[in-house]
Amino acid sequence: MRLEPIANPSLARSLGFPAAALVATVVIASLLAALAGANPLATLGLIVKGAAGSKFALLETLNRATPLIFTGLAIATAFRAKLWNIGAEAQLYGGAIVTVILGTSALSGIGAAGLPLIALGAMVAGALILLGPVMLKTKFGVDEVVTTLLFNFIMLLLVSYLLEGPMKDPMGMGWPKSAPLDRALRLPRIAEGLRLHWGFGLALISATLIWFVQTRTTLGYEMRAVGLNAQAARFAGIPVSAVLVKTALLSGGLAALAGFSEVAGLKGHLSLDLSPGFGYTGIIVAMLALLHPLGVVITAIFVAGIFVGSDSMSRAAGVPTYIADMLLAVALLLMVAAIGLTKFRVVRG
Amino acid sequence: MSALFDILLTASFWAAAVRIASPLIFATMGELICERAGVLNLGIEGIMVIGAFSGWMAVYLGTGLWGGVAVAMLAGMLFGLLHATLTVPFGLSQHVVGLGVTLLAASTSYFAYRLILPEVTSPPKIEPFQPLEIPYLVDIPLLGPALFAQTALTYTAFAVVAITAITLYRTPLGLAIRAAGESPQAVAAQGLSVTGLRMGAVIVGSGLMAVGGAFLTLSAFSSFFFEMVNGRGWICIALVVFGAWRPGKAMLGALLFAGFDALQIRLQQTPIGQVVPYQMFLMAPYILSILALILMSRRAQVPAALMVPFNKGER
Repeated sequence: MRLEPIANPSLARSLGFPAAALVATVVIASLLAALAGANPLATLGLIVKGAAGSKFALLETLNRATPLIFTGLAIATAFRAKLWNIGAEAQLYGGAIVTVILGTSALSGIGAAGLPLIALGAMVAGALILLGPVMLKTKFGVDEVVTTLLFNFIMLLLVSYLLEGPMKDPMGMGWPKSAPLDRALRLPRIAEGLRLHWGFGLALISATLIWFVQTRTTLGYEMRAVGLNAQAARFAGIPVSAVLVKTALLSGGLAALAGFSEVAGLKGHLSLDLSPGFGYTGIIVAMLALLHPLGVVITAIFVAGIFVGSDSMSRAAGVPTYIADMLLAVALLLMVAAIGLTKFRVVRG
Repeated sequence: MSALFDILLTASFWAAAVRIASPLIFATMGELICERAGVLNLGIEGIMVIGAFSGWMAVYLGTGLWGGVAVAMLAGMLFGLLHATLTVPFGLSQHVVGLGVTLLAASTSYFAYRLILPEVTSPPKIEPFQPLEIPYLVDIPLLGPALFAQTALTYTAFAVVAITAITLYRTPLGLAIRAAGESPQAVAAQGLSVTGLRMGAVIVGSGLMAVGGAFLTLSAFSSFFFEMVNGRGWICIALVVFGAWRPGKAMLGALLFAGFDALQIRLQQTPIGQVVPYQMFLMAPYILSILALILMSRRAQVPAALMVPFNKGER
């Protein structure tokens, strides 16, 4: 058995396999629900209802999707250049720390005008956090997968230290959380009475900008070239290391915006449960979107819906909420396999 | 300084270092076998979780301790088969598949845990492996209690290192595995199946990773907690690099690393721990891993075909 590349996959092939992957995921979801002793169809129905069955549910899904759009974009940007940034979680917390530092003291005097400055500061922090592992990759050839992963653990411990030490809220009743952001420095809601903040708007704008960078600029072209074949890109005169550094700055900055948006838009303060793994889930979001920046928006909302829907389904039907994580992992693996099958056909011999 | 010497001169410190190293040794050998055959297995973290969970659950349901180890190994091999199928014959991205396997194995463990034990707030305990003193040898000062009063699973870890080293360097099978990771074309030219060798290596390696996870629940602690693997899998990937893809060196790396870990736990109890926040101590293992990667990167002899899919008939 071996694989034979297909030069020009037909439309049926390039859409059929990913569609089959989604169908298979739904089938596995039903099996898992049945395994947990629940009615599969009712369980799926409850997930959909919990994610989008009411105005409240839908807004909850969009709120949950906001950080996932940012981390999904961060990872899509990096993976496009075959820069394996698995450290979006660390970059998210870096952005959140800077948001709290600037938003509780330094910029609290100048009102809402401080928001863009804070966002920029957060992006710089995230960019610098990813710059370390990327410099180690380009200078010493250290694999960035492991270093970015290890940075996640280091960063969480740093946040834990900050929240129990220098950044602890003196009025926080002893809980390890930071002081709240200045009222004027909170991201406003998109519409009065609607529980959705401007972080979501910023996420949509970012997705459009990244799409523009990837398809309409030299940097986007270079990033794709490096990702497709770094050797060939180097022969073509593309400065591979410089492109990787630029990619890292962009990717780290995007992931940090997730932290900025969660603190300034949703929570108003920093705590250790700011991110339930948004950095890791961003990988699934990016892969399901086939690394397309606008696709990231759609898959982030889809993935957020599965989480929000599973939470509410779990309360009603008693199927463990971890079904959401299992489904997304299955969807990720099946989608990777489906993409593989669109490009290759299996032949005997 | 004297606090440091006090720690280094206690037998319990050395015993703890060997104990902490044991799960790392199992999982590092597993990863090393995969990488020697040319496959990076990022499923390691999740496979350790499923090993920790399934081994513990099996013992809780009455298989006995060695039965638990066997169940963990089988569960690991199953996820290894999934990883190998996607990355070897289909040649899909080893990064993405590995992360996917980690997510799937970890979430499967948590899902199954909640399914079997829906209402418990604290997980039930099992009777773990007990230390097995080896007569006479245990009386050697310092080294005796460290090396010869461990559980049977720790002795197994050291046996696995020896078996891995002998297999890789002294048998035709080991030669074929190493060649699959260096020059798969040459292996194919000998009429051997690169696909078979690589898949076998990933499946066996994943089984060992799962036993490493099971060590946590069956020997180190006596029950299963969420997040209990806590990045150990990623550290093992760093240890493989640190050990320059050699079983003996990787084992020494794991022991050295575990020594630092045991040291930081004890330093927290000393006057130094009063000044330095405990989070800084907990960061040490991760920072050390990164430093080890930087240190070894210049001299590292990476298997030449690591992460390069092999497709018969393609040049």
